[in-house]
Amino acid sequence: MSWLALSLSLGFVGLAAIVSRYQELGLEKELAIAVVRTLIQLTIAGYVLSYVFASQHLIFMVLMLVLMMGVAAQNAAKRGKGIPGALRIVLIGIVVSEALSLMLLLFLGIPGTPQYIIPLSGMIIGNSMVASGVTLNRFSSEFTLRRGEVELALSLGAAPKKASLSVIKAAVKAGMIPTIDSMKTVGLVQLPGMMTGQILAGADPIQAVRYQILVMFMISGATAITSLIVVLQGYLAYFTPEAQLKSS
Amino acid sequence: MLFSIVTGLNCWALNMKIELKNVSLSIQQDDQTVELLKGVSLEARLGVIHALLGPSGSGKSTLLYTINRLREIQGGEITLEGKDIRRINVFELRRRIGLVMQKPIFFPGTVGENILFGPRLWSKDNMTLVDPRHYIELVQLDPAWVSRDPSTLSGGQQQRVSLARTLANNPEVLLLDEPTSALDAQASEHLETLITHLCSERGLTVIWVTHDVHQAKRIAHDVTLLYRGRVVEHGEAKRFFASPSTEEGQTYLAGKLGGQL
Repeated sequence: MSWLALSLSLGFVGLAAIVSRYQELGLEKELAIAVVRTLIQLTIAGYVLSYVFASQHLIFMVLMLVLMMGVAAQNAAKRGKGIPGALRIVLIGIVVSEALSLMLLLFLGIPGTPQYIIPLSGMIIGNSMVASGVTLNRFSSEFTLRRGEVELALSLGAAPKKASLSVIKAAVKAGMIPTIDSMKTVGLVQLPGMMTGQILAGADPIQAVRYQILVMFMISGATAITSLIVVLQGYLAYFTPEAQLKSS
Repeated sequence: MLFSIVTGLNCWALNMKIELKNVSLSIQQDDQTVELLKGVSLEARLGVIHALLGPSGSGKSTLLYTINRLREIQGGEITLEGKDIRRINVFELRRRIGLVMQKPIFFPGTVGENILFGPRLWSKDNMTLVDPRHYIELVQLDPAWVSRDPSTLSGGQQQRVSLARTLANNPEVLLLDEPTSALDAQASEHLETLITHLCSERGLTVIWVTHDVHQAKRIAHDVTLLYRGRVVEHGEAKRFFASPSTEEGQTYLAGKLGGQL
């Protein structure tokens, strides 16, 4: 695709800006920032990726993965405001699920080169990020809602984990539902970005579908693990060592 | 001789089920330190009902919650049968000191499942579990209600199910946080009679938070009057209601002691 065609695609953003202006949504500034960020971030990513792919040095790949996980964790931790150590909690969740998924991929025979590892990791980390954000968010709202129930359970002698079990379950469920929903409608409602990209770039659709199935399964596992890790660390932040609720 | 002294001391110690010595607790609120309890001392005797009176905001509920360690005290000491509660396993402590909250809250599930919540925490296998119907009967409800949804019951019935749930843990002490405040006169009286009966029947020590002087008169052997986080009266109910020894006590009985400043 030529640079000219790409610049003309800004017209779509113009449409969004017009809608925002007419409906007085006040999103024009946000939109402008988003456009500039998309342009800069993706262009840099393109150049960095072509350098990393060409160099074949593993250290660049590792550095990139670290950067991706760091940014993802920081972004998701914003959803856990009020939970002390949210960043650390999310980071652990993302790192563990990424590590497990990578091991599984290598075991399945996916080549350990940047060309494969980086895009696949991008999808794992991105989905883990969304899942941990949703999980944290749901956990803190559900906990506020069910504070009475949790304290009741404590008063009957339950340990904090048992007392917050229903909240833990609701939060993990909330974290996994987007993935499960997209698994159910994939191919019918939307063609996933990776598959679309491969097809656009001229790959055989059958081959593209196989990769996509692998990715969907991998993501479902990764989000489940992330949500679980996040919530199993997160609930502790609400209790004192003497199994009392911390004051909100 | 020595033997009788030892047993005498023992009896005395056993007679005092719960003792609070100079208990204090403060919280941070909007960058300010608010003292909720200021050097509170009181004793709850074994097997009797102790009413904790006071206008709203005087610290009654907070005090109650320190006894089963749902709130942590910062100064002083609370003992159960002479032993500092901080030296008792906190989960075991909460099993031994049961709490009924102001408003009945239920876990999702039936009446029976709610009652079994406590026992399930302690039994290693489900074989030795108690029969929830026994506890439903104990609070004078129909045992057939074991499979009912608690939300379909009336306020008074719900509060009795809450009581049954607490009793299923076999507690030695019962903490009641204004359990009748949301009930009508008839349901309140029913619950009062029931708890008075359970107290004498099972030798339960009861600490009952209430702001209702008439209720305290009906149920209590001993009373403590709390005002702005301090104990202003403490002793036998009869004496207190006949002739309160402090000005605050007199004002309170006249119904004129306000809450917070």
